[in-house]
Amino acid sequence: MPRFTPDNETIARNIVERYPLPKSATIPLCHLAQEQDGYLTTDAMEHVAELVGCTPAEVLGTASFYEMFKLHPVGRYCLNICTNISCRIVGARELLEHAEGRLGVRAGGTTADGTITLEDVECIAACTEAPALQVNYRYVERVDVEALDALIDDLRSGTGRAEEFPPHGTLGLIRQDLAPGDLANVTPPEDQTEPVWFSRNATTDSEEGAS
Amino acid sequence: MTSVTNGGSMSERPRPLEITDPVTITVDGRSVEVQRGELLIDACERNDAYIPRFCYHPRMEPVGMCRMCLVEVDTGRGPALQPSCMIPTAADMVVSTTSDLVAKAQDGVLEFLLANHPLDCPVCDKGGECPLQDQTMSYGPGESRWVEEKRHYEKPIEISPLVLLDRERCILCDRCTRFASEVTDDPLIHFINRGSNTEVNTFPGDPFSSYFSGNTVQICPVGALTATPYRFRARPWDLERTESTCTVCSVGCRVTLESSRDRLLRINGVDSDPVNWSWLCDAGRFSFEATNSKDRLTDPLHRRSDGSFDPIRWSEALAAVADVLASTAPERLAVLGGARLTDEAAFAWASLAKGVVGTDHVDAQLGDGLPADVFDLPGASIDDVCRPGGTVIYMGPDPKEELPVLFLRLKHAAVRDRVRIVEVTPTATSLSLYAAASVHPRPGELAAVAGVLAGASIPDDGVAGVDAEHLRSALSVLSDADGPLTVVLGRANLAESGAVVLAAAAQLAGLPDVSFLPVVRRGNVRGAVAAGLTPGRLPGGGRLDSDTHWSSVWPTFPAAPGADALGILSAAAAGEISTLVLLGADPLSDAPDRALAERALERVETIIALDAFEQPSVARAHIVLPVAMPGEVDGTTTNAEGRVSRVRAKVTPPGTARPDWIVAVELARRLGAEWQAGTAEELRNELVAGSPRLSGTEWSVVDAATDGVLVDLSAGTFDPGPPPPVPQVDSYSLRLVLTRELYDHGEMLERSESLVGLSRTPTVGISTGDAERLGVTSGTPLVVRGERWSITLPARVSTGVPRGSAHLVHRLADSDPIALLDSGELACDVRVELA
Repeated sequence: MPRFTPDNETIARNIVERYPLPKSATIPLCHLAQEQDGYLTTDAMEHVAELVGCTPAEVLGTASFYEMFKLHPVGRYCLNICTNISCRIVGARELLEHAEGRLGVRAGGTTADGTITLEDVECIAACTEAPALQVNYRYVERVDVEALDALIDDLRSGTGRAEEFPPHGTLGLIRQDLAPGDLANVTPPEDQTEPVWFSRNATTDSEEGAS
Repeated sequence: MTSVTNGGSMSERPRPLEITDPVTITVDGRSVEVQRGELLIDACERNDAYIPRFCYHPRMEPVGMCRMCLVEVDTGRGPALQPSCMIPTAADMVVSTTSDLVAKAQDGVLEFLLANHPLDCPVCDKGGECPLQDQTMSYGPGESRWVEEKRHYEKPIEISPLVLLDRERCILCDRCTRFASEVTDDPLIHFINRGSNTEVNTFPGDPFSSYFSGNTVQICPVGALTATPYRFRARPWDLERTESTCTVCSVGCRVTLESSRDRLLRINGVDSDPVNWSWLCDAGRFSFEATNSKDRLTDPLHRRSDGSFDPIRWSEALAAVADVLASTAPERLAVLGGARLTDEAAFAWASLAKGVVGTDHVDAQLGDGLPADVFDLPGASIDDVCRPGGTVIYMGPDPKEELPVLFLRLKHAAVRDRVRIVEVTPTATSLSLYAAASVHPRPGELAAVAGVLAGASIPDDGVAGVDAEHLRSALSVLSDADGPLTVVLGRANLAESGAVVLAAAAQLAGLPDVSFLPVVRRGNVRGAVAAGLTPGRLPGGGRLDSDTHWSSVWPTFPAAPGADALGILSAAAAGEISTLVLLGADPLSDAPDRALAERALERVETIIALDAFEQPSVARAHIVLPVAMPGEVDGTTTNAEGRVSRVRAKVTPPGTARPDWIVAVELARRLGAEWQAGTAEELRNELVAGSPRLSGTEWSVVDAATDGVLVDLSAGTFDPGPPPPVPQVDSYSLRLVLTRELYDHGEMLERSESLVGLSRTPTVGISTGDAERLGVTSGTPLVVRGERWSITLPARVSTGVPRGSAHLVHRLADSDPIALLDSGELACDVRVELA
């Protein structure tokens, strides 16, 4: 199981540099690892721990909180069908059942060819465009059974709309790349002064106590 | 309402507090005075209103996880439910801990906690001492409305070799995980899958291998965490408890010894504010298993002419020993060891050797500790060292390996109490992370660095292999100091003579208002030395030549000052010692000169060993007397600070084994001394009566003091003698650093079945620079060659080892690098080559 590639390790070290405390880079580095491998591998979490100076258990504790970090292999495309209220009343349940039948896996499963992981998700904030789904967190809106079939065909063949969706784990196609010297407004916690209200409140407290 | 306690009141009680800024609050209608800003939960408990809780622990930061401590608090805006563990007290608070609303909240919280908690208390290890069970009985609903299936998990999972986790019992109080991250800084357990499936777990393949893992079992408020040595061995209501002191190392943590059917089954920490804050290391917690070992010696043994041992009766054995003692000229008799003994047993043996037989060849250490003169330096307690704002020069062994709970105290002091630590050690240690400055002088040249810290000028090319820049940064920490300055002094490196450490101490003793905490590894070295088991000294610490008391009490008196352990072994090797008494000592394993120990034991005519196990040196003895171990003896012990506290007997020794002091008193009587002492108490009081510096540590006083009693720490006459020469550096060699680790193959750990196998694989640590020069990486086999011996070990390349040093560990395997040492040298040079 892979750790960061040398190129990604360089990016990772740059990301760590951006934060006053290395540990703050845990989540960005988890994203980077997921981008590299499609999911968060055990080795990658160990490597993240080394880079940010904490234990692998702490990385796992953080990563396992977030649905969008996958700790097990997933398909090239994560197909997330919203089944929350707005989508459900216009047929999301039927869409999901249709997708299950079409892909031959239950929600949560991955097709045998490793292309698609089907997920049943809660509200994705596209109620006005219901029923909505996401492919690798990119929206596909006002979906019906025919559109879903066409989408699945595209994803399986890697043609048509499939080109809109980078592989699972890719956050953005443009990487923000800040040189370490270009950081603004980053003050390490130990150098920060107290906000004004902080000491003012403290004074009021003790005055109250004294009265 | 019934008051319940959380896991035994001895281990969890509000921290002692002096009220300096009083405010008045109302608790359940009573007006009480509390410290402004202390947590409400503690303030109420101190004022007899115990608030039930699961997650709050007085030695950890509050988190408000469990909501069990909700109380009604009115600060002028009307009463509202608040978690009392998160609320600092303020003037005029009105608190109700028992109102109907509070009772309803407690009821509700418990119903929630029990929704997924199995109700199988009869088969749970915690049943009977379980805070969840107790509080449910006292505050909880009689019935649950939960009819659904509860959660199931694979059970138990092994989160470390010593700790098992049953996840379905966990109530997510965050105590174990907080302990791991906050107290020990080993966050190897964490909340995983946070959300509706939160569980405590480790990273796959990365177990919770903390030296302090057992504490999580002690503080778990439910039966989720259990320790392998105790799991399913007894029910709490079958246990009998007594308070005692741990003697595995010289920190002297307060413990409870818990036994059932005359067998020690468990040890838990007691919250002693000046010492261990309720924490224990796993060696201290679990090595009691050795007490129950099948290898215990149970009967006196006599060596037959063919070399095998015959069991004999005690009366025969004592008569034989008395004959040997009576027929040996005093100056040909020596006594080695005694750090395992109680103060009283050490006093009894010192009196027998010095006052009845008349020899001063007596040493409680084996040349592997520090000269007894360090106890004449002005003393510091652990609290003095950890006092907020202070500065500490740490010149001792890796505290996590040798004095684990002291490590916790120092870490807390550095992280939380602004204590600045200047570390002066041969390699990086567990403390380096928390130290304000670290310097790693070349072994043998410690005194030169101490001289710089005490004010000597810094040459441009540095001192003792430490460059000038590092020395200046260490010095700047000292010059910035505005609080008290203390020195923790110990033998960090077995390959560096104790005389070198003493010379360094002499340099530092010149600093203004400095005080010293001398740390020696073995449990009761300080007590044994104070009782007179050291050459040239008498019980109470006085010198032989300025005695005013003991010569008038004892029937005889040593004619001349005797030799220390290495001197005794040398004399024995030269045929000048004919009888050697070993009090739990094993010179073949522990003396920093194995060849000398071999020759000495070869040459001595009669070896008398008092021991619990047949250690290598005991196997050479002519008469073996089986003795009792900790947990089987009543008495007192003295920790590194000079704190005298009670050790208590909880179980009977196996077979006919008996306490060491009884053997000494019996032998003294057989040799014709009229010695009245018949109990440990009488011995203690006899010792204190003749020792002004021990006054205040009479039996009755110590017996009543949970935290023990500190002896007089003011300075005696410190006379370090002339400084030893500085050993020449040989540029072809590396200088040996020989340290100890917590889990080694020592006689106690070898016989504690849960701890066997936890020791690390031996390696030779070298610096990255030396590794490059040799062209090796970690894992490459290297030969470490000394003048006397050589050993092949895999390399461990580390930035923590300074260039020019080779780091080995004592007693990790049968072939022990202590055989490289020559006690005639101040430091040991070795060649390190590719195998």
